[in-house]
Amino acid sequence: MTAALSARGLHKRFGSLRVAQDITFELPPGARHALIGPNGAGKTTLINLLTGTLRPDAGQVMLDGKVITLLPPEQRVKQGLARTFQINALFPALDPLEAVTLVVCERLGVATNWWRPVPAFHAAVEEAHGILASLGLDAVCHRPTHLLAYGQQRLLELALALATRPRVLLLDEPAAGVPRSDAGALFAALEALSADLTVLFIEHDMDIVFRFATRVIVMLGGRILVAGSPAEIAVDTAVREVYLGSRRHG
Amino acid sequence: MSHTRAIDALRHLAARQRWRPVEVAFWVATLLPFVLAPAYLTLASQIAITAIFAVSLDLIVGYAGLVSLGHATFFGLGAYTAGLLAKAGWGEPLSGLLLAASVAGCFGWLTGFIVVRVRHLALIMITLGIGLLLYEVANRESWLTGGNDGLQGVVIWKLLGRFDFDLYGTTAYTYALAMLLLVVLMARRLIHSPFGLSLRAIRENERRMSPIGISSRAQLHRIYTIAAAIAGIAGGLLAQTTQFVDLSTLGFQRSADLLVMLALGGTGRLYGGVLGAIVFMIARDRLADVNPQYWYFWIGLLLVCVVLFVPNGILGGLARLKPRDTQ
Repeated sequence: MTAALSARGLHKRFGSLRVAQDITFELPPGARHALIGPNGAGKTTLINLLTGTLRPDAGQVMLDGKVITLLPPEQRVKQGLARTFQINALFPALDPLEAVTLVVCERLGVATNWWRPVPAFHAAVEEAHGILASLGLDAVCHRPTHLLAYGQQRLLELALALATRPRVLLLDEPAAGVPRSDAGALFAALEALSADLTVLFIEHDMDIVFRFATRVIVMLGGRILVAGSPAEIAVDTAVREVYLGSRRHG
Repeated sequence: MSHTRAIDALRHLAARQRWRPVEVAFWVATLLPFVLAPAYLTLASQIAITAIFAVSLDLIVGYAGLVSLGHATFFGLGAYTAGLLAKAGWGEPLSGLLLAASVAGCFGWLTGFIVVRVRHLALIMITLGIGLLLYEVANRESWLTGGNDGLQGVVIWKLLGRFDFDLYGTTAYTYALAMLLLVVLMARRLIHSPFGLSLRAIRENERRMSPIGISSRAQLHRIYTIAAAIAGIAGGLLAQTTQFVDLSTLGFQRSADLLVMLALGGTGRLYGGVLGAIVFMIARDRLADVNPQYWYFWIGLLLVCVVLFVPNGILGGLARLKPRDTQ
């Protein structure tokens, strides 16, 4: 079967700093893969290379077997590759309904319509409302985003990505900063993601990694150190060394 | 946590776009000069023209978040287009206005390729630079533009073949007011459309646009072109109602004054520019009577006070007094 998303020999350097070195991996359709590694290992850089925010110096990115290395980020989104951000990147003065409706409008090809009012696009507003309701955000869908609780903002990050109807979803620390006590809604949302959806998520919290991932990719110094099942990774000596080592210095 | 229905969400969105009583009252009030101040209809028409110009700048500054210090470029282009067309023998006002909008819009589209690639100080300098370039071109090509003497011999035909542009400015004000209404109606539709929503999103967080599949540059290019065309309409109107065009239509001062008006009235509120134009133009008219040399002193003072005490402009300050029922 063709991989939903794959990278072949990705290289990227900033000056003399190698942030990605010969990165090769494949995400089969419906995968739940976790990307872990200490700070500075190049995890977010890899996401940026995959989504097109950064252009690799060498190597290729393929979505469903099609090379997308040279496509601009917004075109990759249209091909079904979506992402969320580690630090909330939202629209503070818009409310969740407006923001998600905008994403749906773009997907339906009407975001350049300057003549008809937004509510005239019933289907788009209803779909946006449905996405927000599925994440439990419908009660706050008219509240400006900057007034939402932090956990709700994390859910809205996910809502914006889901509204693009992705086939592959890259989540950059979806639970970052959410207190354990409030993380239930977010975990429920992650568990409810369609089984067809291919997911790669960066995570620091090993409990979350072991809960959601079927496979774990470990990065260190811009390279993939090792990849394997959670059980394999848990007992891998190289991985233990990295984490124990970083703990000793940290 | 309570659940809401999609239909209520739709109603809620629709309610935000309804006409407010104060909006209707404003348009009724625009008719007052005909009755109360017939001697000032010329001033009123200049205010209406400036208001159109201000609405066009608000679309890019207030809604899309692009600050321009060269918006007079498009105003002047529209003015010279309408003026030259009339001088060449075609003085029909409405078609002249259409051509003015087209020429300004085309130039906006062309320069838009550069403008949407830069931000912040670079953007201000690029728009300023393009404005200076065009000003000096018009200054140098005096065989066409009349240079410092301005464009003489502009004759405008009767509006709709019936209404002469009289000395009192009755036709001029009616014409400019009708255009202002048209432009505001159009801008109103635009800001409440998905396109308008995308502009607000760009203003809020441009870097989040490509991850939701939207090219912010393409959207900004569109609005920059539209704003340029509207500015061209304003310039064309000035040329037609005064039957004269000079270099000041292209000048930096006009761009700067316009930004001042928008800051006074309030950005991103559609009527902020209109209110700013009214306040600025009336203040200039009154102050220039009192002291023709130093009247900018008072504009400066007003600007400092407004920006200090009501940072969102006069309209923003008024909006804070009355809590919005839709929020």
